[in-house]
Amino acid sequence: MSSVDATGLAHHFEDLEQQRESATLGMWAFLITEIMFFGGLFGAYVVYRTMYPEAWDNGSRELDVFLGAVNTTVLIGSSLTMALAVRCAAKGNNKQVAGFTLLTMVLGFVFLGVKVIEYKAKYDHHLIPGPGFMYGGHAGGHEQIFFALYFTMTGMHAFHMIIGAGLMIWVILRALKNSYTPQNHTHVEMIGLYWHFVDIVWIFLFPLLYLLGRHGHAIGAATGGHH
Amino acid sequence: MSSEHSHPHITPIKIYLAVFATLIAGTWLTYWVAYKDFGWLNTPVAMAIAIVKAGVVVLYFMHVKWQSKLTMLYAAGGFVWLLTLFAFTLQDYFTRSWLPVYE
Repeated sequence: MSSVDATGLAHHFEDLEQQRESATLGMWAFLITEIMFFGGLFGAYVVYRTMYPEAWDNGSRELDVFLGAVNTTVLIGSSLTMALAVRCAAKGNNKQVAGFTLLTMVLGFVFLGVKVIEYKAKYDHHLIPGPGFMYGGHAGGHEQIFFALYFTMTGMHAFHMIIGAGLMIWVILRALKNSYTPQNHTHVEMIGLYWHFVDIVWIFLFPLLYLLGRHGHAIGAATGGHH
Repeated sequence: MSSEHSHPHITPIKIYLAVFATLIAGTWLTYWVAYKDFGWLNTPVAMAIAIVKAGVVVLYFMHVKWQSKLTMLYAAGGFVWLLTLFAFTLQDYFTRSWLPVYE
């Protein structure tokens, strides 16, 4: 283990600024691997959507646009509270860091709760890929590929949020020990970067999954559910 | 611009609220245009809005606007590699039918 002095400077760094710069670069290197990870899924999405455009429109119209839009708003709100938590840390206000981080975590759980409601509806409508999959009264079909990607992409996204919520607990515990200072609050800053990245993934998932098949269909006419 | 030594950058709260408002407006806009029929342009329009939204998150919420040039280059590099991944995948899949099949 490296030794860390009272200001939080590890012995192998010249000063806190260099330590912060290194952490930021390292975090971005990690986020690039994350971009490539989700990028592979988005690539699969593009290829299969080009192959089966009709199945993609059909699948998309089974999703609940209203809940998707609500969740987008919730997640954007959580990004704001996360940014505010980092801002408070930069001012050394640890109580507010804990408060805003808790709020971010709560919004994250609201998002996940809505996701559970959506997944349950897909289960009830036999839209889970596999032997029980039914679309339009028929088993199988290319809509299954859409739903395989829907569950993989939103599932991996949700998994990242659960990890994020765990990191929030860590931030809250450190804030309660007053460990963030204007000179050194890199810890909460890096976790903020992670949370904003997860927000960005959803910014692309929402239009690509929920909205793609909507044009030519009146608002409210097909907001999810099986007709 | 890189931040000054041991003087953290504190973003004015107004900027964060403006970014939040932009993101919410972008969400409404993308929802609204999804029901308009632009033909093949529907997806490019939705992606253009999403890229602007992602851009403000990266620049303001993720502080890239105030980071060192090295960090900016790093962050931009990730998206360049993503485009490379798409370009090479799609130039394969989309051109398969163009070529004659030799027995």
